[in-house]
Amino acid sequence: MKRITGLLLAVLALAGVLWAESALSINGAGATFPYPMYSKWFDEYHKQHSNLQINYQSIGSGGGIKQVTEGTVDFGATDGPMNDDQLKVFHDKHGFGLLHFPTVLGAAVPTYNIPGVDAALNFTPDALAGIFLGKITKWNDPAIAGANKGVKLPAEDIVVVHRADGSGTTYIWTDYLSGVSDEWKTKVGKGTSVNWPVGLGGKGNEGVTGSIKNTPNSIGYVELIYAETNKIPYGNVKNAAGIFVKASLTAVSAAAAGKAKEMPDDFRVSIVNAPGKAAYPISSFTWLLIPEKFSDAAKRDAIKGFLKWALADGQNYAENLSYAKLPKEVVAKELKAINKIQ
Amino acid sequence: MATTTTTVPSAGPVAGSRSFLSRLREGDEIARIITFLFAASVVLVTLLLVFELWQGSVLPRHKFGFNFFRTSVWDPIFDQFGALPFIYGTLVTAVVSLLIAVPLGIGAAIFLAELAPARISDTLQFFIDLLAAVPSVIYGLLGVFIVVPLMREYIQAGLKHSLGFLPFFQGPAYGVGFLTAGIVLAIMVIPYIISVSREVLLSVPRDQREAALSLGSTRWEATWKVVVPFARGGIMGSIFLALARALGETMAVTMVIGNTPAISASLFSPGYSIAAVIANEFTEATGDLYLQSLIELGLVLFILTFILNGLARLLIVATSQRGGGTGHL
Repeated sequence: MKRITGLLLAVLALAGVLWAESALSINGAGATFPYPMYSKWFDEYHKQHSNLQINYQSIGSGGGIKQVTEGTVDFGATDGPMNDDQLKVFHDKHGFGLLHFPTVLGAAVPTYNIPGVDAALNFTPDALAGIFLGKITKWNDPAIAGANKGVKLPAEDIVVVHRADGSGTTYIWTDYLSGVSDEWKTKVGKGTSVNWPVGLGGKGNEGVTGSIKNTPNSIGYVELIYAETNKIPYGNVKNAAGIFVKASLTAVSAAAAGKAKEMPDDFRVSIVNAPGKAAYPISSFTWLLIPEKFSDAAKRDAIKGFLKWALADGQNYAENLSYAKLPKEVVAKELKAINKIQ
Repeated sequence: MATTTTTVPSAGPVAGSRSFLSRLREGDEIARIITFLFAASVVLVTLLLVFELWQGSVLPRHKFGFNFFRTSVWDPIFDQFGALPFIYGTLVTAVVSLLIAVPLGIGAAIFLAELAPARISDTLQFFIDLLAAVPSVIYGLLGVFIVVPLMREYIQAGLKHSLGFLPFFQGPAYGVGFLTAGIVLAIMVIPYIISVSREVLLSVPRDQREAALSLGSTRWEATWKVVVPFARGGIMGSIFLALARALGETMAVTMVIGNTPAISASLFSPGYSIAAVIANEFTEATGDLYLQSLIELGLVLFILTFILNGLARLLIVATSQRGGGTGHL
């Protein structure tokens, strides 16, 4: 009996594979940070459009940019926007441009381990930049203590922990530090991997968290979702309006809304230190990279259809998976931009 | 039936008189060709690997030239790439691991092969083989959760207290760093050294021991002065196997080395290794120069392994020649 069921299942699976072959299949690759969101979207969209199968490989932003440029995938995805040189390479190779579409938002939060300090610390931009530049070396430095009246900070050396692997979280963090500190901008810059002035490298969010838990008087940064799901305490950061904000999904969306007015047409924008009292300053979009032209009309229409759905109904899945939704203003602008795809 | 002709087919008169076709029919020639192809594929893969690494690193080779090996800035944002800290980290962790693993491993192998009762030896060997098969990420976890806290709380503090005047044991104790990576690597390579050395020691002919004993030496003297020198070549082989593993180990090293491209005499300070940086940065490497610099690091690791293996062969040749003279002592 079991064998017959097994055989039946095998036949059904085979039929499924053959049937799926006949349906339209679109391939994408890139960033790992939005992968849970994207895989949920592609799955839900497939349920509604059974003849369309979107496959996504989370190989990293660098791989995504490379593969979409080489034309081995239909679309890419990245945590940091492509620079002008990279876009030019794409344009030279294909004869048309590549479009950025923000999909959801992510944020990075400062997390620390100071024996005897349980309170959520307040961090000013100067304090964070100073610590990560290696200029503020003691926890009781006035730049930190000044924003934390009533908290007894030890006179111990600060141990900085950062990500060792290339990551979108590092992009957000260094994008922020570049935004608030000229010295950081000229000396270090922003990217998925940078030349860190100080600190230890941990592999992945879990590596950074592990190092911080293990090392007294340490500070590092992790992805907001990771901190939330693993109940890791994190500090507040002073935003452009001068208010100390605790990171949350609404505070991240507020940051995107704050920058919506200055949104450039290609959506390659940094939203760190966004205006608005509720805005959390260390946040960023994550983008899909879609070529302007498709030779296959069916593929083009399918991608356009999917994008429209992801920006409307798709956004409702975001918060369940702990991603911040796009603000309405950005969605409206993106819906117009979809028409650029031909 | 075919055993007599397999030895040297082309030399004997029998082989010469038979046609190629008949040898083909008998299967000898087919077996020869097929096994030759298998053997040749190893060389082919190696050559292909070097070719790919060479081809894939054109940009940094032209831009940095020899400076790639001399400079120590690794900056993906400003496109400056120097491999020195990674080469240093790879060598230092490998050396530290061998300094710990070689005496321990060979000592254990001598006990298992020469001194322990067969039942204990076989049981222990089973566990050692088991250890050799544990995936490296498990050793990495062991490192993160057990070795790193131990290092920070006790070992580094103790070393600083007792040997702190040496440049190797100075600076703040983070727990992670060259020494920790070396210790974790040592734990990983010891099973290889024990396993191979034990086999080699066991294969030393019985009459060597008996001759030594009959000349009035004690059991330890027979072991240390006759058996071990006899097996020297094989023991060296086990050490180089261990060295190769230590040089190329990625996962366990990156979890405990601290991942900071810096050169420091202190074994307490965090560092980085070639394999670890490739694994960490390859997926998110945007920009051709960055990606190709990582590939050139792969080439560097290949060359490093090649040189060390070459030196190892030379060492074996040199010591085995000298071995004839010292054997009389």
